[in-house]
Amino acid sequence: MAKVLVFIDNPGASLKKSSLELLTLARSLGESTVALNGELSDGVAATFAEYGVGSILRPSAQDLDDFLVAPKAAYVAAAAETTGANIVLLDNSPEGKEIAARLGIRLNAGVITDVVAVDPDGTAHKAVLAGSYNTACKATTPVSVLTLKANNVTPDPAPAATSPETGTVEVPAVAAAARITAREQKVASGRPDLTDARIVVAGGRGMDGDFGPVEELADALGAAVGASRAATDAGWISHDAQVGQTGKTVSPQLYISAGISGAIQQKAGMQTSKVIVAVNKDAESPVFEIADFGIIGDVFDVLPQAAAEIKKRKG
Amino acid sequence: MKIVVLVKHVPDAQFDRHLNGEGNTADRDESILSELDEYALEAALQLAEARGGSKAGNQVIALSMGPARAVNAVKKSLQMGATEGVHLTDDALAGSDAAATSLALAAAVRHLGSVDLVITGMASTDGETSLVPAQLAERLGLPQVTFASTLEVDGGRLTARRDADTSSETVEAPLPAVVSVTDQINEPRYPNFKGIIAAKRKSITTLSLADIGVDPAQVGFAGSWTTVTSAEQRPPRTAGTIITDEGDAGIKLVDFLAAQKLL
Ligand SMILES: Cc1cc2nc3c(=O)[nH]c(=O)nc-3n(C[C@H](O)[C@H](O)[C@H](O)COP(=O)(O)OP(=O)(O)OC[C@H]3O[C@@H](n4cnc5c(N)ncnc54)[C@H](O)[C@@H]3O)c2cc1C
Repeated sequence: MAKVLVFIDNPGASLKKSSLELLTLARSLGESTVALNGELSDGVAATFAEYGVGSILRPSAQDLDDFLVAPKAAYVAAAAETTGANIVLLDNSPEGKEIAARLGIRLNAGVITDVVAVDPDGTAHKAVLAGSYNTACKATTPVSVLTLKANNVTPDPAPAATSPETGTVEVPAVAAAARITAREQKVASGRPDLTDARIVVAGGRGMDGDFGPVEELADALGAAVGASRAATDAGWISHDAQVGQTGKTVSPQLYISAGISGAIQQKAGMQTSKVIVAVNKDAESPVFEIADFGIIGDVFDVLPQAAAEIKKRKG
Repeated sequence: MKIVVLVKHVPDAQFDRHLNGEGNTADRDESILSELDEYALEAALQLAEARGGSKAGNQVIALSMGPARAVNAVKKSLQMGATEGVHLTDDALAGSDAAATSLALAAAVRHLGSVDLVITGMASTDGETSLVPAQLAERLGLPQVTFASTLEVDGGRLTARRDADTSSETVEAPLPAVVSVTDQINEPRYPNFKGIIAAKRKSITTLSLADIGVDPAQVGFAGSWTTVTSAEQRPPRTAGTIITDEGDAGIKLVDFLAAQKLL
């Protein structure tokens, strides 16, 4: 049976859904150990037990968050060596992928990112070339390092809870790492997180500086708000909301594209959505080539009407 | 300053892109300098120009690894203003994954002598993994500053900003370092006529694996640590129902969502 190490970074008071997905996948592949960075709260410890985690490792150093990537990678590599892990699972965030990258070199292990599913033999499935191919890939090395895209595994507690032991891993010294000298917390919107939202409403240049209708529709649907680069570049909404090649890749159940033309770089980030709805006043916009339901119309008429109708039906 | 910029020759995303041939690698017929590497090159050119440019001894070396045609990425970089070009090319490199690529690039960077900075784009537009900058830093034992949206160098230190999901960070690192930059950092210049003419006189050094002391077994399909076992083209998305708003499209949209059980 495979030995799986799951890296979980600063969970705070409770585990994110994407972390539960990692734990669920890990358990399906073998015996799981968590390498944790940050505090271990009672709530998180209880969830680890509920998800069948065999043991929990913590770093000897407390300052991993003060540096970029390198010391975290050194820690996870040491944890993988200690546990003899064959598979290391991380989340697919930019930082998760970078830790995976360095970890791969430290462990002489193949790294596969953007993974959506893993077979019992370690074969990983992922889409490439902006979602135009589905591929199966495998590490040819004794250890594989995989980063799992959110929303592809259903979180599922273990049939029987475990009582994981905790241990400490000595973090090896790292020669050179960039130091984080300041960190500005962003204000939380209260809306779902864009990368793992079930529904995304995204606005583009067609919103003409007013994201109000996008936000109103998003709130009626309990959706996250996304944007095209034209909208984020114009400063109408934070850069974090950008969907696309250089923004976030999303694949929600529903993506509503409002006032977005559907340039190739935008499509790259959303075309694996289950259902795509587009509202655009130009019938020639390329977004209509991929929309399941397209409305040729003005966003300032269609979005508010839809939001009002949803509220009415929901009572 | 001596800056190496990694530039990749990638399939043009404006065309349909395909996997084919041995090991399901990308078809590279319609290829261009990766757009995301133009930001890296621009960042390097600005750092060099702020220090008096090539006249003051600043070097911006565009380094590309890839088949014969990849030299086009180096040529375009020279037209934009890079001072020198280096093309690492060897048949044994074909099929290299990120680990093998970073191994070859690390050896090529070492071959170029002491450098102050290695700058890359945030991701290649073909593999889209973002693994190579971090792996290169690990292999070279250098600090990595990834996804920089600003970059300043003062004496032997660099300062950059990067945007994470829940926070914005300021980071500092001593030189030499590996930096990857996002598309937020600058507006890349277009090569102008003068640049195009000047590029013709600039030299491009071709390096083989033997030149940089890399064993062919460590790279390419043989040296890669991952393999693609199957690839299936997804049926392209097709257009669905398209309606024109006649004053009730918002309601029809909600009807559609209800029918799809998405409410
Ligand atoms: C290297 C690189 C990376 C990039 N990365 C990304 C990325 O990650 N994400 C991204 O989105 N883009 C990215 N882009 C930019 C991309 O090429 C497009 O420029 C961008 O997506 C356009 O945004 P848009 O569709 O909002 O604007 P436009 O192309 O200007 O389209 C606006 C649309 O709104 C419609 N419209 C206007 N008014 C209304 C109205 N009242 N009602 C209804 N419709 C209306 C118009 O018909 C038009 O179709 C990148 C570009 C480059 C070069």
